[in-house]
Amino acid sequence: MSNLLVEDLRGIELSLGLPGGGSEAETTVKVTGKRGFSETVDLKLNFQQIQSAVDLNEKMKSPTKEKDPAKPPAKAQVVGWPPVRSFRKNIMSQKSTTVEADKTTSGGAAFVKVCMDGAPYLRKVDLKMYKSYQQFSDALAKMFSSFTMGNYGTQGMIDFMNESKLMDLLNSSDYVPTYEDKDGDWMLVGDVPWEMFVESCKRLRIMKGSEAIGLAPRAMEKCKSRC
Amino acid sequence: MREDRPPPPPSRGGAYSPPPPDQVLENVLEHVLQFLTFRRDRNAAALVCRSWHRAEALTRSELFIGNCYAVAPRRAMERFRRATAVTIKGKPRFADFNLMPPDWGANFTPWVTSMAQCYRALEKLCLKRMFVTDEDLELLASFPSFRELVLICCDGFGTSGLAVVASKCRKLRVLDLIEDEVTDDEIDWISCFPEGETCLESLIFDCVECPIYFEALERLVARSPSLKKLKLNRYVSIVQLYRLMIRAPQLTHLGTGSFSPSEIVAQGDQEPDYSSAFDACRSLVCLSGFREIVPDYLPAIYPVCANLTSLNFYGEACFLCLQVLDTVRDAGLQAVGATCKDLRELRVFPIDAREDSEAPVSDVGLLAISEGCRKLQSILYFCQRMTNAAVIAMSENCPELVVFRLCIMGRHLPDHVTREPMDEGFGAIVKNCKKLTRLATSGLLTDRAFSYIGQYGKLVRTLSVAFAGDSDTGLKYVLEGCPRLQKLEIRDSPFGDSALRSGLYRYYNMRFLWMSSCRLTRRGCKEIAQQMPHLVVEMINGEEEEVKEDYVDTLYMYRSLDGPRADAPSFVTIL
Repeated sequence: MSNLLVEDLRGIELSLGLPGGGSEAETTVKVTGKRGFSETVDLKLNFQQIQSAVDLNEKMKSPTKEKDPAKPPAKAQVVGWPPVRSFRKNIMSQKSTTVEADKTTSGGAAFVKVCMDGAPYLRKVDLKMYKSYQQFSDALAKMFSSFTMGNYGTQGMIDFMNESKLMDLLNSSDYVPTYEDKDGDWMLVGDVPWEMFVESCKRLRIMKGSEAIGLAPRAMEKCKSRC
Repeated sequence: MREDRPPPPPSRGGAYSPPPPDQVLENVLEHVLQFLTFRRDRNAAALVCRSWHRAEALTRSELFIGNCYAVAPRRAMERFRRATAVTIKGKPRFADFNLMPPDWGANFTPWVTSMAQCYRALEKLCLKRMFVTDEDLELLASFPSFRELVLICCDGFGTSGLAVVASKCRKLRVLDLIEDEVTDDEIDWISCFPEGETCLESLIFDCVECPIYFEALERLVARSPSLKKLKLNRYVSIVQLYRLMIRAPQLTHLGTGSFSPSEIVAQGDQEPDYSSAFDACRSLVCLSGFREIVPDYLPAIYPVCANLTSLNFYGEACFLCLQVLDTVRDAGLQAVGATCKDLRELRVFPIDAREDSEAPVSDVGLLAISEGCRKLQSILYFCQRMTNAAVIAMSENCPELVVFRLCIMGRHLPDHVTREPMDEGFGAIVKNCKKLTRLATSGLLTDRAFSYIGQYGKLVRTLSVAFAGDSDTGLKYVLEGCPRLQKLEIRDSPFGDSALRSGLYRYYNMRFLWMSSCRLTRRGCKEIAQQMPHLVVEMINGEEEEVKEDYVDTLYMYRSLDGPRADAPSFVTIL
């Protein structure tokens, strides 16, 4: 027994309460190592609140040794202290750090989920990375290699006004992209100008043309009412 | 094959001519070096001479990168061409506590891109504190021999990425997700494992905060005869746990999920026989989980281990590693001290991790542990009240201590009985625990504590300091006194430029130095950067443009063979 290394002993272990080193307790949600900013510290703390950082610059100037032995009343919480790993980081940082590292987009990104019928996994794309339907279509094609975009015509948009062309496209076995817009309706991609699409698209689904037939009449109606 | 060696001379008339002597030597060397497993030994062997360097590089199968920015992926992979197992560590540990803004770096993408060319035969990968995307996972899944993935404290990926790994890695044996941040992409990744028997040996996903489709998991467990380790997330109820245990009595490691029923069991309903399920798992040696513990169900685990309040041991069960919440209280720790005589590792976490919470464990519990668990090697202990006497006692009772991490949660708190600083306690630890390699301090500490550390802490490799010390002298003691120091992380302590300068000759021998909210100035850091060309000196600002009074928010400094990184975000300034 005495020859066992600590590493060997991980097998014989009991953990009651929490796995790993995480804690469910509400530690700070702020992710920056901020100090010295103007958030005021309310000494009448409601301990259920998210913690806020203390003005550490002040702390630095004052003597570091606290001679006062009595426990100070209602201390403000400090970022990252006590050092218990928060099991949930800031949700914002979780959602936004998906795509390529250099983010120079102003006005934030527009991430939407893209799923394709028959594919086992979905993707996330940032619509703001593309300037047109053609660019977007190329990117999607790369992502889902078996995906074939229907006949999109010269402008890269489905010609909604031409009913027979539309019906041909939808009757084919090609895949067509559809999206859920702000109203919760499922529409065919390409019915509105690109910028409008980026604003209103909530998520995407690439389905077989034949399945998308049901969408077409509604899409055409909506399109007509917009124009 | 040794591409850089001249070809042997052609043999005459078809007769056998023995290989030249130095080639024989190298053959022998390679065979012998296969047996070297410890990194330190391999590194030493590589320094003997050129041919040893070459032979060692060709025989190293496990590549360990302690800091992903210390070397460029290509350079590492070109030296060690035959590595099949790689470990890479990214962000420094204080990033776990929100002391670093997100998007700092530690991107896995450049590594996996190089691996796709140089390490197609990769089998095992372990990443810690790296940013891993779904696309990275997809690329990894295309490596034909890939079979073991361990991700610890990583983020950047979601269940989409897991789904690809599950479906494309045909030889997957190990999928361990430990304390990762996993985005919920609403994908049933468990269903993505291919049909038919799997070679899964370990599946750990307790950190994945996404619901799973239980029937798929049950089917997966049923068709994984080699599965030994299974750690479930909190979306698995105790009833479901029971069904899994029935399917997999061969489990050795079990993480129990929520350990509470997902719905109320009506009076008189036949509840599953949990006790016998646990009893049937005869090989179980590791039990963890209990995320939403319902105490009524605890007796079910008696066959395997003990409920801490009653401490009935069944058969030969005894604990070597114990991890608890401080709700066990000092009394619970006294019971542990009284019975777990062979305990090697103990971690006591706070249920209420705030500075001035009422922590139910204290010096009393620590003393009891030290008196009972004489073989203790590693301890992590959160508390509100501590005394030098208890810490000194531990130093004397537990000479085997290798890791001592004490966190007195109130900042600058002295010994609560004598009102003295905690200097003597920590001093005793470094003095009496001759094998100590890792130390984390807390409480009120003066420079004297650091003089002790510098004087006695000759084997210390990792040191964590927070809210401690009086002046530059404290840090100087450590930098001048601890020859083995590799990782030094300091926050909120009054150490400045003069102290930083004093360690100049040490920094190439260290993996990194972290100092946040100390008294470093930009000028001081720049001086270091100018004098040490192979150090990357990063200044990380919490607020992007502002620099308050020339003090540096955070200094993160590390040696690197390939100069400053190209992917630093805007809030990082590399001096």
